[in-house]
Amino acid sequence: MIKKWAWLIGILAMPALSDDGIFDEYRDLMGDDNPAIFVIDEGEALWFEPQGPRSASLEGCDLGLGRGVTAGAYARFPRYFEDTDTVMDIESRLLHCMQQLQGRDRDTLLAKPYSLRGDMGTELEALVTWLAAESEGAVIAPEQVHPAERAMYALGEEVFFYRAGPHDFSCATCHEQSDMRIRLQALPNLTEHQDAAETFGSWPAYRISEGLVRTMGWRLQDCFRQQRWPGLKLGSEVSVALQTYMAVNAAGGVMTAPGLKR
Amino acid sequence: MSRIKIRAQQADGITEVKALMRHPMETGMRKDQAGESIPAHFITEVAVFHGERTVMRGYWGAAVSANPFLGVRFKGGEAGDTVKVTWVDNQGGAGEGDTTIR
Repeated sequence: MIKKWAWLIGILAMPALSDDGIFDEYRDLMGDDNPAIFVIDEGEALWFEPQGPRSASLEGCDLGLGRGVTAGAYARFPRYFEDTDTVMDIESRLLHCMQQLQGRDRDTLLAKPYSLRGDMGTELEALVTWLAAESEGAVIAPEQVHPAERAMYALGEEVFFYRAGPHDFSCATCHEQSDMRIRLQALPNLTEHQDAAETFGSWPAYRISEGLVRTMGWRLQDCFRQQRWPGLKLGSEVSVALQTYMAVNAAGGVMTAPGLKR
Repeated sequence: MSRIKIRAQQADGITEVKALMRHPMETGMRKDQAGESIPAHFITEVAVFHGERTVMRGYWGAAVSANPFLGVRFKGGEAGDTVKVTWVDNQGGAGEGDTTIR
């Protein structure tokens, strides 16, 4: 009888034991061999490549730290930009620069921002991956100075806890408790600093199951799909708000992206 | 295209080679979003050379992951020697990369 109870307590005491132990080992083994290194190179080349009707590169793009400054820029997003009078995430800022500097068409750019099955990565994914790598080791420090930035955080918090859709799901349904998992994947508690920092800091990430680097914008879109919510638009207010909510909760953490995920 | 990242390190008479290849490794069994088959595209043969010497030759197929990683150890090798990795795929593509042993 005692043995039986000890066994049961053993089970109860390990709610969060997922594959992370083994996966952390795998991650250590792969170390510098994250295939995202190819995507970083591709993104860097794309930044300097003249494109669009104006045959311009993105070197004149202001990511918030001044024109052409890429080092550390990713870690400061989402942030308010005076020229557009909006809070932007890095993906929408890149799209803005592609339109303004290169003269490219927004609808064409938005036609396929993220890879589909069989693709080797999109331009946007590569650029974001390189820019994240340019912030590797930087402290996550999203701006919360402008009223619009603070309002974005408040909206993000509201959306995070908002239950909707056929399953009455919210982001919080999966992400407001610690040490939980879905199948074998550990679910980060995004309301708590440590988990938020590890999560926010490790995207974009190479997904082994897809053979692709995925961005935070994609991650959110896929969360919406899993919640059976309407499709989330890239750079939309809701998308930027949720990223702001996560980034602010993660503030003070360190950028480790591009990460390596299952 | 066809890039390979290689590292080779020598210790106690053994050289360890780590190579990462950029390749889609499509099985030919998947369909795209429109329901069309994605043509098979995978590496069929890889080889590792230490100078002129072939130290490994492998025959791969569709079961190997996208952007495959190859790790191999061989006896011998001195710091400064050249290690080369090559592949060919089922569509006639080829990749090659080299590095010097550290």
